Amino acid sequence: MSNTNKVMTLAEAIEKFVHDGDLISLGGFSSTQCPMAAVHEIIRQKVRNLHVAACSNGQAVDELIGGDCVERIEIAYGGTGRFAPTCLRFRKSIEQGKLKFEDYSNYQMTLRFMAGSMGIPFLPTYSALGTDIISKWGFGEDYREQDDNLPLQKLVVIDNPFNRTDKVDKLVLVPALQPDVTIIHAQKADALGNVRISGLVYTDLEQVKASKKVIVTCEEIVTTDELRQDPERNQILSFQVSAVVEVPWGAYPTALPGYYDYDPAFLLTLYPKAAKDDAEWQKYLDEYVFGVKTRSEFLQLIGEERLESLKADEEYGYNPSLKRR
Amino acid sequence: MADYTLQEMQAIIAAREAKAIGVDVILCGTGISTLAAVAAKKITTPDVVIFFETGAIDVEFNQMPMSLSDPRVMHRAVRLAGLAEAFAINQNQITGQHALGILGAAQIDIYGNLNSTSIGDYFSPKVRFSGSGGAADIGSVVGQTWAFMELGKRKFVDKLDYLTTPGYLDGPGARERAGLPGQGPSLVITNKATFRFDDITKKMYLDSYYPGVTPQDIQEEISFEIDLSRAVEAIPPTEQELEILRTQCDPERMVLK
Repeated sequence: MSNTNKVMTLAEAIEKFVHDGDLISLGGFSSTQCPMAAVHEIIRQKVRNLHVAACSNGQAVDELIGGDCVERIEIAYGGTGRFAPTCLRFRKSIEQGKLKFEDYSNYQMTLRFMAGSMGIPFLPTYSALGTDIISKWGFGEDYREQDDNLPLQKLVVIDNPFNRTDKVDKLVLVPALQPDVTIIHAQKADALGNVRISGLVYTDLEQVKASKKVIVTCEEIVTTDELRQDPERNQILSFQVSAVVEVPWGAYPTALPGYYDYDPAFLLTLYPKAAKDDAEWQKYLDEYVFGVKTRSEFLQLIGEERLESLKADEEYGYNPSLKRR
Repeated sequence: MADYTLQEMQAIIAAREAKAIGVDVILCGTGISTLAAVAAKKITTPDVVIFFETGAIDVEFNQMPMSLSDPRVMHRAVRLAGLAEAFAINQNQITGQHALGILGAAQIDIYGNLNSTSIGDYFSPKVRFSGSGGAADIGSVVGQTWAFMELGKRKFVDKLDYLTTPGYLDGPGARERAGLPGQGPSLVITNKATFRFDDITKKMYLDSYYPGVTPQDIQEEISFEIDLSRAVEAIPPTEQELEILRTQCDPERMVLK
């Protein structure tokens, strides 16, 4: 992961860095900044048995589950806000017993990646003390024991060893995560893998810094010189990144602040219609994922007019006149 | 008297209550929860800071967001961070104790614990929901929480199928024993009534019922027995409150039905 040109095609990046059985994390949150082009490529390459670690990675996680790529998931939130209070393929897979799962909270998952990024085995928090998130394990003791990639316990409650008062001071320790690979979508990166995300960064930075391999897809590859002009706006360093792929509209149908809005027609109509029914879902995959070879072929299916209507207003960072229902 | 919907009533009750308790920071989710926060800011407490767990802080939006990551929460915010910073600000009690978290859930029990994970057996659920997101985090650490709920026997239950977000757990002293720094739930706002929690027993009691229903009507929509003795009829929204809610808070009617 040195300071060399890491630009490649999306197909190359997925083939090289995403393997059957990998522990994977995806960037973005709910209905924004999800690495959707990369998710479709993973589905197209028929990667199997992935172990997903997710905060609230919404649409990306739902399509990856729907693409039959995921064996198990550790997750805080499987929804896309008001588009889908519960993501449909996530819900169906759990209700049908097809997905192994374990629940956490958003802060717990964030801290798990943060611990991984710091190279330490765990971090403490007060989050979710006294709840079933701590008492109910999705993966049992035996299952954990047989798998080197899982910590032996889900969460561990301790007494604060520094406490000097009578006041109860319990904390829950969350185990570190170091994914085999993390994929994020950013606004800008240079060819070396220096990255600038505009807007909220969610848990992207902790995920990237905790990961053994990192794929950055971006709207635009820019020069290092451009990034150097505003160093405080850059967050990720070249030596943390394995591959850089330029993919315009790479987060569509989720939003990318400053570039485009989410697509309500896709997220409120097309997607739910497909995702709620197994036969319809297969048709969706056949048409929008397996029926195209590249992202630009996919975008042709969506159509120029529709994409044009989503383009962000320069001042707002989204399209304030977008029809949203 | 002005015509109003029950949803408008809920948002306006929230706005009035925000002023009554003098809240500094409101952490909210999407939908009615955001609408309530905006109603508080536009109608009663203009200085309140609206805060999203995604890291969008002191938000000043023009349009209702569809999710916590909607670019509409980013435009003109004072700070855009990430989840790590957002939750840290609320976990530390220097700042966290001044925050109000507004939540929602599929089920609530008499101690204000919430379920947003699943109905039925955890491993093979009848219905699977999104899971905690930041709800368990917020319910653990902020100064106080409110919940927006719909009344119904399957929602106000004796026992949750899964305890996602801590209320008063199993009663007085339980939060302290568990080690939770936040103060717990203080208000539940529903489509027909509001509820508070007894200082001693920590049990939910009927606080107010909306014009047109009786306390007994409310009891019939709740699985557990509830104290009705302190209930009063809620004061309906005024013309002025409704005017601001409709024209300034959600003019596109994304949340308002």
